[in-house]
This record gives sequence, structure tokens and C-alpha cells, in this order.
Amino acid sequence: MEVIRTQLADGVYLTCLPARKFKTSLLSAQFVTPVGEKTAAVYALLPAVLRRGTMRYPDMGSLSAVLDRLYGAQIDYTVRKKGESHCIGFVASFIDDAFVPGGEKLLEPVSALLGELICAPATRNGRFLPEYVEGERINLVDAIRGVLNDKRDYADLRLLREMCAGEPYGVSRFGDEKSAEKITPQKLYAGYTELIASARLELFYSGSADPKRVEQAMLNAFSALPRKQVRELRLTEPHPARQAIKRVTEEMDVTQGKLGMGFACGSRDTSALLLGNTLFGGSSNSKLFLNVREKLSLCYYASSVYHRQKGLITVSSGVEFENFQKAYDEILLQLKAVQEGQMEDWELEGARSTLMNAYASMGDSQARLENFYLGQAATGQSDSPEELAVEVRETSAERIFEAMNTVTLDTVYFLKGKEAAE
Amino acid sequence: MRETFYEKLGESVYRETLPNGLMICVVPKPGYAKKYAFFATRYGGMDVRFQLNGRWLDTPAGIAHYLEHKMFDTKEGNALQELAKNGAEPNAFTSNAMTGYYFDSTDHFEENLKILLSFVSIPYFTEESVAKEQGIIGQEIRMIEDNPDWQIYTRMMQALYQRSTGRISVAGSIESIREITAQTLYDCHKAFYTPSNMILTVVGDVDPVHVVDLARRILPREGGPVIPRDYGEEPAEVAKKETAARMEVSTPQFLTGYKCAPAAEGEDYLRLAVIGDMTCDILLGDSSPLYLRLYDKGLINGSFGGAFEMMPGMAYLYAGGDSKEAKTVAAEIQKEADRLVREGIDPDFYERVRRASFGENLRGLNSFENIAVSLTEGYFHGYDPFRFPQVFDAVASEDILRFLRENITEEHAVLSLILPRT
Repeated sequence: MEVIRTQLADGVYLTCLPARKFKTSLLSAQFVTPVGEKTAAVYALLPAVLRRGTMRYPDMGSLSAVLDRLYGAQIDYTVRKKGESHCIGFVASFIDDAFVPGGEKLLEPVSALLGELICAPATRNGRFLPEYVEGERINLVDAIRGVLNDKRDYADLRLLREMCAGEPYGVSRFGDEKSAEKITPQKLYAGYTELIASARLELFYSGSADPKRVEQAMLNAFSALPRKQVRELRLTEPHPARQAIKRVTEEMDVTQGKLGMGFACGSRDTSALLLGNTLFGGSSNSKLFLNVREKLSLCYYASSVYHRQKGLITVSSGVEFENFQKAYDEILLQLKAVQEGQMEDWELEGARSTLMNAYASMGDSQARLENFYLGQAATGQSDSPEELAVEVRETSAERIFEAMNTVTLDTVYFLKGKEAAE
Repeated sequence: MRETFYEKLGESVYRETLPNGLMICVVPKPGYAKKYAFFATRYGGMDVRFQLNGRWLDTPAGIAHYLEHKMFDTKEGNALQELAKNGAEPNAFTSNAMTGYYFDSTDHFEENLKILLSFVSIPYFTEESVAKEQGIIGQEIRMIEDNPDWQIYTRMMQALYQRSTGRISVAGSIESIREITAQTLYDCHKAFYTPSNMILTVVGDVDPVHVVDLARRILPREGGPVIPRDYGEEPAEVAKKETAARMEVSTPQFLTGYKCAPAAEGEDYLRLAVIGDMTCDILLGDSSPLYLRLYDKGLINGSFGGAFEMMPGMAYLYAGGDSKEAKTVAAEIQKEADRLVREGIDPDFYERVRRASFGENLRGLNSFENIAVSLTEGYFHGYDPFRFPQVFDAVASEDILRFLRENITEEHAVLSLILPRT
């Protein structure tokens, strides 16, 4: 796959992936800045407020109208965490030139709109409109509270927060409710001017347009972007393993319990840990899926995620309250099995081909490409999916067991029902 | 084999019906690494009462979904593992009127397709393996019961429909699945998993001739008889105007549903789907006057949205999200529908919604799964989904108004609420 990366200005980079096979083009503009307890809520609120209107299209009605006319172009604001970086901005998607009736060009007007959302927001007396800030602030607080609605997401988030308490990795991408409630239009505007001047800006394009044309469209769209004292990216600090296991239990009115387990990884051999995690709980063929779910019927789901940047593995499962201990023991037993290399050849080869398949098919999805290249840029890495696939192919079984032997239990989170007996 | 080229979409579809009645659709996608196969039967959660060998059978709620889980068992072990060994990502889902099995893979496609066709057409279960699944599905049911989105939707369906089997939860209940035995599963497989009741769709860079040859070699030579089904006689009146429950949620959620007149099979079915979708956009879509007004007032937030759904003998439009003022919002939707019927649709607004809907449908063709599922639904209901540009051209503002006048009325409306525990 051809990848063209160019620097357009101080701390402004464009990653261009020419492709003709999609019905749409995707364009993304993301600011990358360190995630922090104090700034998280402000940065989470910012793109939502910017999305309310620009100088030229000052309200959602006029913005929607122009997007509809551009054949249903979409511009969504995004708030993501990549390692210990906070990535906020917009992702635009619009139908590719080949399918626009009448041969109208959409890249230029959509780029211009993206630039306006960032550089020329709707303001009054040099500030954001208080009604926009107020409305979106309420939405943000609702979203922070709303994490509770999906108990699986909630339990996963709680585990990370407990495990990485005091580390930026434990900060939620939305920030916390208290800081969100305290944001004023002034404070937000100050955060905005600081961010657009000094944070890294990552631009991304996938579609059929010539890269030169994309570059020109981006230069025009962001010509008004002020730049000064552009900050370096902050790289993610590995999680220091706990000496004693941290245990947290929470009660709520639920019918199904959630068990979350966080593990620290001592090894830095990322491809070995990636494979080890896939074997352990990262696929529908993993030890957790086959044993905890299929064989023992303890859970509807039991899976694990490897946090490459942070050097963690987290396990997430839904269990009956009374099966908590059984599931806990079985999860540790399965980890031990991976560490001791108790497995069939097909398990290892299956895990390897699952990962290779994921890398090989990444180029088939514009959203996955954007997310991948943003993650690479935000964490200061440059490997392509093809290079990562080669690493996975060449990682030996010994390396996997060695790396997995540095994995230790760090934090346990259990969500149980209120009336549940001990 | 018949090839149809759809110029406005830049897609081709190869179609062939085997002597055993199996329909095969292949959509070539040069340039993509991923290949996707979807094998589906016209059998889902609502097919609980049907005639087999001249006798009417009543089967337990949730049986189609239960069967889906058990189909992965093979004499040799488990098809999930077989597919995962080749790096394929297999899965399945059961909806009200369909059960679909699928995988995507970049390598070993033909081998994987063989596995898919074999395990879905050859049932293998024992009383023990069937009993064991009770635990897993029981946990799945508990998990969805804790999910407010599922609760609010299911309760809305039960308020909208009095007798139609579409009101039954696809997974059934803890009680209903206890009645499922290996014998009932075999009976249902025999009735519905015959080639003449199924369709295979393959999307990706494959040779259509190979796909057809493989299906011919692996699947049974003969199809089965048409199975008469009884979905229940559904009156035009709703079952209940309002339903509410309290759950562990942060903000109140609501869904308002409208019971609509169902469509006949054939291109009318697609036409109604297009009209229903456009009505949603015009009445309450992101750029509709109603949405903008309610959003500005803080009565709704980004979670608000609507959809139009159809299944055999049923059609309904619904909308909702988080709102502290659910009843006000529901009343505003009705008022806006009445206003549109009275005053008509602004021609400029209609034109841009039409453009945006076209773009949205085209965007859907980026997704292999979406292509396969729409070809499958089209086959089951006798229309060609890739004819959507022509159907769009034939729909006019008056059609939307007629739909609003006939369906979006006070008497067809229900309200489902989930409130936080106090």
C-alpha cells in the first residue's frame, strides 16, 4: 500500500493513502496532545462546541444543509485516546468523485469546511457562543454519566482507572464530571487557542484524489491555522507493576456480575505479547473463549485486550455472582497454560493467522486505516501494517512464552449485584 | 450464471440458482484483500409456529437463536476453531426473520467456504451438548436484560404488536429455552436449513464460477418443501400506549414507535423501505427543522435518532434517545408530522434530503457485510436492493406525505420509557 507522508507546516503532517476501491473518501484532522486530568474534559468538550457552527455556517441547521447538499457528506467530531495522548478533531466522509452525479468535486468544499470548523468557529465578542458551550457541556456530563448504562464498558473503564490511578492512562477520554461541570466559555476558548497553536495536527486522507490535489486542498483549508511553540509529542510511560494486588469491589443493581482483571507486562517484546494475548483471550479461538465460556459455561463473554503502548493486558468478563471465584481461578489457570506453553500447534498458528488476517485486511477499511495511522503518529511510531504483519509472522513460540512469563496480576475489579450473597 | 452490472453504483452481481433451489450471489471486489461469505436461511426469532409434514408445530421462543449457537458443533469438534485456524473471523447472528453465518478471511478462502457450507448444512448435537448451551445462552439473556437499549426496544415492540411473533425476543427467555431439546433442534434444522430456503452471498476478489462449483459439490442435491409459517393475525391497533421500567441508568431514555402498514413482497418492499427511511430523515433526521429545534432547546442530544424497520407482515418507524423530557419530545414528533401533512415539505429541503439519502445508501456499499445482508433480504422479499437509485428517482414528496398521513398518527403511536432508579 502506498503511503505518502508530508509535513505541511510546523507540527502539521498529512498522511495520504491513495485508493480507488472505495465508494467514499475519508478526511481526518486530529490534534494530538498529552492526556491529563486537568485538560481532559476541556479537550473533550471542544470539538463538540466547534461542530455547532462556523463563521460562514453559524448553526447546525446551516451546517447540516451544506453537508446534505454535498451528497450527505458527514463530519463527525472524535475524542480518542492513543497511549497517553489525547486525540481530538473531526473525521469527514463523502462520496467519491466517481459517483457524484454531474461530476461535482467534493474534496475541496469538504476540506474547506473542515478547516473552518477548526480555524473559524462561530464566535460572539471573541468568545464561543455561551448557549453552544452550555448545551454541549450538559451533553458531555450526560455522556460521562452515561458510561454507567453499558455495564461492560463501565467495568472495563473502572478497571483501567483503578489500575492506572495517578497515571495519565487512567484518565477517561471525556474527563471527569466535576471538571466538565466547571468549564466556562472563557476557559474553553483559552484551551482552544492554546491547542490549535501548539498541538501537533495530524491530517489523513484516503480516496481516489491525486495526493498533490489533497495537499493543496489541505494547505488552503488550514492556511489560517496559527502556529507557535509547537509541543513535542509525549510518549507513553509503561505501567509499573504493583507489588501487592489491588482489589476493588463495587455493588450495583444488576443481574449479571462483571469481573475485570488487569495484568502488567514486564516484557517490551510487543509482537510476542500481542500473539500471547491473542492466544490467551484475544480471539474467538482463545483459551478464555474456549474454556471459560465454551467448556465451563461460566460467562457469556470472557476476552482480553493487549494495550500495546502501555504494556498491559486487561481481561473483561460477564459472570454470575456466585461464579466469580470459579471464573477468576479459571482465567488465571488459562494464563498459566499460555505461560507454560500448554497448547496445540493449531492454537498458535490460529492466533498468528488471526493477526495476519487483521493486518492484511486493514487496507479494506478507511476507518480502520485512519485509526491505525493516527495511533502510529500519536505514539511516535512508523511501522506499516505490512511491517507489523512480518513481525508477527517471525515471532517464535519461545519468544511468546518468555514474554508472557513477565505478565503478572496487578488489579482485580468486580461489579456485583446489591442483593447478592457473599 | 447471470451477470448484472449496476452502472450508477459501479458494482456487478453474478447470480445463479442451483437445481436444489439455493440462490448464489457473488459480488466481485477487485483490489480488496478481504473475502466475505454469508450463508443465510430464511428462519429467525419470529418463526416459532410452522407446518412440518402436514402438522402445525409450536416451538419455544428463542429456538432459532439456540440453533445458531449449536450449529458450530461438528462431529470433529467445532467449526469456529476450524475457521480460526485459517485466520478467518467467523460469526453468526439471528434476527427476527433470518439466521446468517459468515466469515471473512484473506487466505484459504475456498477451504473456509467449504467449512462454512458443511457445518451449516450438517447438524450435529447431542442431549448433553444442547443442555450445556443453556448456561451460555442463559448468561447472554441476562446480559441483554441488563442492557437498557434492549429493554426499551423490546418493550416498545410489545407495546406496538399484540400477536405478531415479531414481538418475541429473538433470544427467548431463560424459561422458554429450557424446553429446547436436541430433537426440536433437528426438526427445525430439517425444515428451514434446506438449500431452497437459503442463499449464499460472497463478496470479494473471487471467481464466481468457483464459488458456484463448490456449493454444488458440498450441499445436498435436493431442496425441501416450502414451510408454511404462522406469524399471528395482527390487528391494526397497538397493544399498549405506554410502557415504562426502572433500571440502573443515568438519564431517562425513550423510544416512540409508530405501527405502519406493511408492504407487499417485491419491489414495493424496497420502495416502502426507501419511503420509510426518507420519512425518518425529513421528520426527525439531523438536518430536519424538528431536530434542530429540539437540540437547541436541550430537549434532545446526539443520542437522538430514528429508523424505519420491516419484517414479514410488520413495518414500524421509531425514534428516541436520552431525554429528560421524553413525553414532550414524543409530542413534538407527532406535531411535526401533523404540520408536514398540513403544510407540505419544503422543496429545497426535500431535494437535499434526497441527495443525502442517496449518498448514505452508496456509502453502505463500502461494507461487505452490508452488501451481503441487503442482497439476502432482497432475495427473501423478492426485490433487487441494488436498484435503489431507480427507486429513489421514482419516489416523490407526495409519497412521503401519504406515508405520514396514513401511518404517523396518534393512534399508531406507543411510548417506551426507561427511567433511572430513584
